[in-house]
Formats: sequence, structure tokens, C-alpha cells
Amino acid sequence: MPVPRESFHRHLHELQDELLVMGSMAEKALERAMEALKNRDLGLARQVIADDVKINQKRFDIEEKCVELIVTQQPMASDLRIIIAVLNIIVDLERIADHAEGNAKIAVMIGNEPPLKPLIDLPRMSQKTGDMLRRSLDAFINRDAEAAKRICGEDDEVDNLYDQVFRELLTFMAEDPKTITRATRLIWVGHNLERSADRVTNICERVIYVVTGKMEEIGVSKY
Amino acid sequence: MDDKIETRQLSFYYAKRQALRNVNLKVREKRITAFIGPSGCGKSTLLRVLNRMNDAIPGARLEGEVLLDGHSIYGSGVDVVEVRKRVGMVFQQPNPFPKSIFDNVAFGPRVLGMSHKVSLDETVEKSLKAAALWDEVKDCLGKSGLALSGGQQQRLCIARALATEPEVLLMDEPCSALDPQSTLRIEELMDELKEQYTIVIVTHNLQQAGRVSDWTGFLFLGELVEYSKTADLFSRPQDKRTEDYITGRFG
Repeated sequence: MPVPRESFHRHLHELQDELLVMGSMAEKALERAMEALKNRDLGLARQVIADDVKINQKRFDIEEKCVELIVTQQPMASDLRIIIAVLNIIVDLERIADHAEGNAKIAVMIGNEPPLKPLIDLPRMSQKTGDMLRRSLDAFINRDAEAAKRICGEDDEVDNLYDQVFRELLTFMAEDPKTITRATRLIWVGHNLERSADRVTNICERVIYVVTGKMEEIGVSKY
Repeated sequence: MDDKIETRQLSFYYAKRQALRNVNLKVREKRITAFIGPSGCGKSTLLRVLNRMNDAIPGARLEGEVLLDGHSIYGSGVDVVEVRKRVGMVFQQPNPFPKSIFDNVAFGPRVLGMSHKVSLDETVEKSLKAAALWDEVKDCLGKSGLALSGGQQQRLCIARALATEPEVLLMDEPCSALDPQSTLRIEELMDELKEQYTIVIVTHNLQQAGRVSDWTGFLFLGELVEYSKTADLFSRPQDKRTEDYITGRFG
């Protein structure tokens, strides 16, 4: 009978804790970038941009730990799948944070220009994406494939909001070409959020892989 | 893919203790099949059943069938020597005879009646080459087999097993007494040998099973719990007992 691999499983546990830390860093970046846009808080926007370096570093630290566990422990079965999933999820988290950083940069770009319109649907997109992100990581920790599938389905809501934002901004531009610059920037913001939600569906696919061992594409985004 | 060996409803008993329970297994031809499992799970018993090595054990009893190319090896009138000629074996500890390298390899062919010097020379050279030992020993074939290093001794034993031109090679933890370099050497060799031979290996080393085998069977308490392609078994085992064993969650 092999000896239970307590030390290895403790490391594996710590690895997942680190992933959660990185997840909340990405979620916070997403949330704060939107806050900066909404409140025209340039200081906060610059903070989000500066913090992105830390998230990138976190990703490399976690990747390093994964490599170490693979090399020293030769993980198998679900242990192996967890590590493979973590390696993939950190890439998605890093990209989500990059999209947030992109939105923070747009906030800086907009600066103190007069607002085109109050932001309503974009914050909704951001909130929905953040919510999906948090729950996708919960599903990972709870090994809940069903929850992961449900979250994938919610990507449509983000896509629909993006549609709405796009149409609305198009109307602005059609009515008054002077709004084109400002409206285009907001379309970029929407696009970044839409991509972030797609990244969350990737995370969900990894949850399903950990639980079932199957790699499958769950629902294809409209965009 | 053809099945070289098949067991049907195979059970095996050492006196009163049941060592194998209703094992149904198909060993693919010219592939490497590994058996893994905790000590006492029956993997060595299963290996030894495949060339009737357990015949001599008092009180041992077998139920079910073991087929080699579709024919029972336990049927009445089957010649055990013939079975063992077709299904060779390499053991855990390298066990060369206290004879010269040449005589070790020539032993089997001589027993089977080969006496012509040229044929014996050819067979010995061919077997030593197949076992990747020829280059190291060709100039000292008269030296004692026991004078070789552990890794070389094990390759000598493989050459000895190959000399009778078997179809199947059974290996019972062939690397457990070897250093990492010699182990890799044997694993490389197995990969070459599977072009021509069907190989079945028992190993305690899960990583080794992962590295060398095409198919892996997990045995537990005499039962073949799971048998599938090696990459599948190690990345997404279907049975919880397999999962627990290979991730070290037993106990």
C-alpha cells in the first residue's frame, strides 16, 4: 500500500490557494478599472495599470510552482489534471487582468473630457463578468462541473449587453460625428469586457476537465 | 490489433488463498503491457501464470483459461517447455548462470538441441545485439556473466531469454535492482524490442509503467480493476481505486 502523499497534497492545496489569490487580484483589477472609468478617477486608473505587473509576476510564480510539482512529484490522474488546469487558468486570469489594464488605460486617455453619456451597461457587463469569474473559481475549488457549465451559459448575457452598448454608441456616432472618438473608446471598453467573460468560459472548461478528464468546448461565444 | 494472450475468467489459488479473481485480459501483440498495483495484489502471479511458472507450487490451482494465439496453454497435451520457449521471462534480480557470457546466451538453444557451432555463434551474436549488449561484450564472450555490472547482467538475461526466439517476453520488475542509467537503458531496449516481441512487465514504479508501456492494468486484491491505454489510465482513471492508488491516496 503506498504511503499517502501528504506533503505533496499540501503543496497542491497551497497551489490552489495561490490561484485564488491571483483570481481575486484579476477580479479587483476588473472592478477598479470600471470604477475609474465611471468616476473619472485617474489616480485609481493609474493604480490598476501599475498593479498589472504584480499580477503578471503572480502568474509566473504559480507557473514555476506547477513546474516544480510536476518535476519533483510526477503527479498523476486528478492531481495531474489539477496542475494542468491551474497552468491554463493562470493564463486566462492574466489576460483578464490585461483587459482590465486596457480599460484603465482608456480611462486615462479619456481623462477629463466631457462624458458622452452616463455609464450603465458597461458597469453591468463588468459586474457580471466579475461575478462569473468569482463563481468559476469557486466551481474549480469545489470541483463542480455543473456549476461550471451554468456559468458558461451566462456568457450570453455579457454578449447581449455588449450588443446593446454597441448599438447605442453607434446611434450616438451616426447622429453626431463629433462623438466618434469618445464612443469608439467606450466600444473598446465593451470589447475588453466581452473578451474577459470569454476567458471565464475557458476557466469553466478547465473545471470540467479536472472533474471529468474530458476536454471540451462549452458553448461558442457570439464574438 | 491482434491479441497475443488472452485470459478468460482466470482465477488462481495458492492452497487456500485466492491470488487472482476472475481476470479477463487481452494482451496486444507487439505492444508493451504493464501491470501495476500494491504488493500482494496478484500482479506477479498473473505474470507467472502466463508461462506456467506457478505449475510447480504445491497446492496451487488455476481456474479459467489462458490462451496464447487463441490456444490454451494449460490444455492437456500442451508441452510446458514449448510454452516457456514461446513465452520467455526476465526476473527482478539479474540471475546469470555462473558460466561465460557466451554459454549463458547459448544455454537455451543448446537445451533445445542446437549444437552446430556456427548456428550457436549466430544466435548468441543476434541475441546480444538485440539486448543492446553486443558492443560491450563482443571481445570478452568467454568472461563470466557474473563479472558484468548489474545493468549488463540484466541485459545478458534478456539476451538469454531472446536466444530461444520467444514471441512474448515477461519481465518481473526488471529494473528494480538497477541504477537509473541502467534502468533507462533497459527501458530504451524494451521500446526497440516491441517491434518484434510482445512484452508484459510488472513494475512497482508507476513512472516506469507510464514511460514504457502502451497498455496498463491495475490490479488490486487479485482483481484486474482497470485496464486501458497507459495515457488514459494515468491521466483519467475511471475507477476510484485506481485513482486512489496512483495518486497515493490509499491508507
